[in-house]
Amino acid sequence: MDLGPYILLATLEGSVTAAVLALTAIGLSLVFGVMRVVNVAHGEFFMLGAVLAWWVAHMVGAHPALGFAAALVVAPVLVGLVAVAADMTVLKRVDYDPERTIVATIGMLYIIQQITLMTYGPDARPVEPPFNSRLAIPWFEYSENGFQMYWPWGLSTTSYKLAVIAAAAVVLVGVWLLMARTKIGLLMRATQLDREMALAFGIPVERVYAIVFGIGAGLAALAAVLIVPIQQAHYLMGGDPLLLSFIVVIIGGLGSLPGTVIAAVLIGLSDGIISVFFSPTLAKILATLLVALVLVFRPEGLFGVKSR
Amino acid sequence: MLELDKVNAGYGQAQILRDLSLHVAPGEILCLLGRNGAGKTTTIKAIMGLLPLLSGAVRLDGVSLNELPAHQVPGRGIGYVPQGRRLFAELSVAQNLEIGLMVRGSGTEVLDAVLELFPRLRERFHQRAQTLSGGEQQMLATARALCLEPKVLLLDEPTEGLQPSMIEAIRQVVAVMRDRGVGIILVEQRVDAVLSVADRVSFIENGHNLETLDADALRRDHAIIERHLGV
Repeated sequence: MDLGPYILLATLEGSVTAAVLALTAIGLSLVFGVMRVVNVAHGEFFMLGAVLAWWVAHMVGAHPALGFAAALVVAPVLVGLVAVAADMTVLKRVDYDPERTIVATIGMLYIIQQITLMTYGPDARPVEPPFNSRLAIPWFEYSENGFQMYWPWGLSTTSYKLAVIAAAAVVLVGVWLLMARTKIGLLMRATQLDREMALAFGIPVERVYAIVFGIGAGLAALAAVLIVPIQQAHYLMGGDPLLLSFIVVIIGGLGSLPGTVIAAVLIGLSDGIISVFFSPTLAKILATLLVALVLVFRPEGLFGVKSR
Repeated sequence: MLELDKVNAGYGQAQILRDLSLHVAPGEILCLLGRNGAGKTTTIKAIMGLLPLLSGAVRLDGVSLNELPAHQVPGRGIGYVPQGRRLFAELSVAQNLEIGLMVRGSGTEVLDAVLELFPRLRERFHQRAQTLSGGEQQMLATARALCLEPKVLLLDEPTEGLQPSMIEAIRQVVAVMRDRGVGIILVEQRVDAVLSVADRVSFIENGHNLETLDADALRRDHAIIERHLGV
């Protein structure tokens, strides 16, 4: 098989990574943008989403599609509520001070992780995908008879993976609509632009913060529910999404939602392609190198706005 | 009637306001005069609840505002035009005004009345606030505060850095609001601008309220101003 089909396969795998990464990172970016705090526990909200997805699917039992559909709704909502509670009981008490919030969210990280270990256990458990048919992908080759279509061995994807990409795109459009077209979106953007003026114009900033923290965690959980039929739920699975989300958010520009999505596609695709042709470790090394370069040469990120 | 009763306030350990008392009645313009760092802006922020009071009280029509959470203060009818305008820069003119309207759930008739005062903003309605000229931004900051139908309007150096025609436009709107029965607190550096509109003038120094005088007395006797401001 020539190179073309390999690249196509790697791109498809990379697109799935990019889609899930975009959702996770947009949650982190939203929290950073509006609240100006770094949420180190973001990866654990992702993990919690996956574990709850397994739990819900397991409880429902019935047809895999039914269990998955229930998980898709229940897990992000539950994780969002946990995050709202964490915001009101912890972050509000430390006054959203940037340094103390980092320490507080590190604490949350370990609490969530260890509680999961104590209850769910150390096993990795899969959630059955609602549908999962193999789709063979054709390729073209040029021979003496002109262009010919054939099905190379191993060049395939699944309907579920394509659905993940589509679902992520739909949710991202939803987040954009929420920010651009709704009243709560307007309040969030006003709070992001000038917290003190938001207060002086009657915006309940603390409530906005709690909602933003909840939505951010809920998006991470939603991303996890989408990936868990491909990757399995495990109590340590939060590390990679956290690292990659930070990479994406820094490259895209802290607080810039379009920048975050573009950077997620860039990092997700290159991660997929480099992992297929070389090694996953090299992909992470290059992504981290890119972050270093961005921080040196364009600290506000590729799409960020210089702060005043 | 907005009253400050022996207010003490500051940032962390640094106390700025010391036993500051003043009041402004409906349909009256009270000007705060004082040197840089005297506590004029801090007074305004203390009224808005943006600074916690160490002691004392801020009351509007007998209701104490300092016991409310900060975001509920504007809803009682206090419009704030901050120093440096502080618009929501990336939002449009329409969205900035919408945030003002939301404070007390005002309807479109309020918006129309405000745009009547600032017709220029209607032309710029869908432009982002940061693309406006300095004078237009000041109009927007004022309009945003008027959108909540204030009983009391706080203006912190509204004419800073504006060309004379803009200063005149802002001054006229302030006079219109006074005639409609709004109580106005105006912080100004330029004495001539103060004397042309003020009903009463309070001198503030080191967070103390030195004396409050009728503007007429100041217009007759310029020596008082020179004594307090050293100009």
